[in-house]
Amino acid sequence: MTKLTYINGLPLVLLLSGMSTPAFAGSEDVVVENAWSRASIGVNRPGAAYMTVRNTGEDTITLTGLTTPLAVMPQIHETKTNADGVSSMAPADEITIEPGQSVALEPGGLHAMLMKLQNPMIEGETFPLTLTFSDGGEVTVEVPILGIAARGPES
Amino acid sequence: MQRRHVVQYGAAGVGAVALMLGVGWWRVDGPGAPKPAGQRPLPLSAMDFRLTDHEGNKVGPETLIGRPTMVFFGFTYCPEVCPTTLSDISGWLEDLGDDAARMNVVFITVDPERDTAEAMAEYVGYFHPAIRGWTGPEDQISRAVEAFRASYERVPTEGGDYTMNHTASVFLFDAKGELVTMIDYHEPREFAVPKIRRALTEDVEGAT
Repeated sequence: MTKLTYINGLPLVLLLSGMSTPAFAGSEDVVVENAWSRASIGVNRPGAAYMTVRNTGEDTITLTGLTTPLAVMPQIHETKTNADGVSSMAPADEITIEPGQSVALEPGGLHAMLMKLQNPMIEGETFPLTLTFSDGGEVTVEVPILGIAARGPES
Repeated sequence: MQRRHVVQYGAAGVGAVALMLGVGWWRVDGPGAPKPAGQRPLPLSAMDFRLTDHEGNKVGPETLIGRPTMVFFGFTYCPEVCPTTLSDISGWLEDLGDDAARMNVVFITVDPERDTAEAMAEYVGYFHPAIRGWTGPEDQISRAVEAFRASYERVPTEGGDYTMNHTASVFLFDAKGELVTMIDYHEPREFAVPKIRRALTEDVEGAT
């Protein structure tokens, strides 16, 4: 259960912006690490973004949704592969993160699915993605856009 | 539509026993592992479908015979599984180095409505140059999927679009077109690359 949050050479572009009010129960203790996404071909195909969401506080937190100016319909989805090797994707339920735990959004599992892109995702650029939590708090992370064939935050 | 039912029947009909056997089979892939009839892809020589590659060439299963072959299904509007599979495969091919040039690597779309030859050309251009993209009429795609004992299904999404569920495994054939093994979605590279090397080796053995 060691969802290790490896701190690598990647500059952690974590802009915990807009967090002026400390009244939230839990979400102020959320740390988002290793965010990355793949470049898109135009705007017709959906994009996907990945990251590790860590709860450094003492309250359980629940990730309830996403917003971003990049996409009209950002949602957390989960890829599942059944015993016959058939992969399917569906919106994930709310994601609860216990104190001290983290949840990895990574290829083949949970991911931020970015539907109805407003702009193409261009390699080398970044976009802001806001995670909303059940206590009303929000965390915004600046997600780097890597190449379309990227395999992880370091590639 | 009818063919899709056949595919679903094939997947559902083998039932619980095949499921249990299947799990072991996908994972273990040992020579002694029981192989449920109907679940193993046909040899390429027994397949029959007509498609077009991303450069507009007419292709079919016979195009692949003579060299070891890697085949997988997907679609270019796929945000997750397909770019991940394509980038995994690109990585495996990089590991294989010069040997990659001795293989056919084919990505067959299950979404011909959106994946024209032009769309496939643009898409595969972002990945390893050995990867070829094949598309064609729906009935031919369906025949191909059935021959591989794979499956696919169109699923409407909230935004009025649709996505495709599909078999995400990678199929490996030797130069004679016999199935060597499969690579599951997200199988670690340390397992995948030796499997590919096996397909390449069986090619050599088959020739001697």
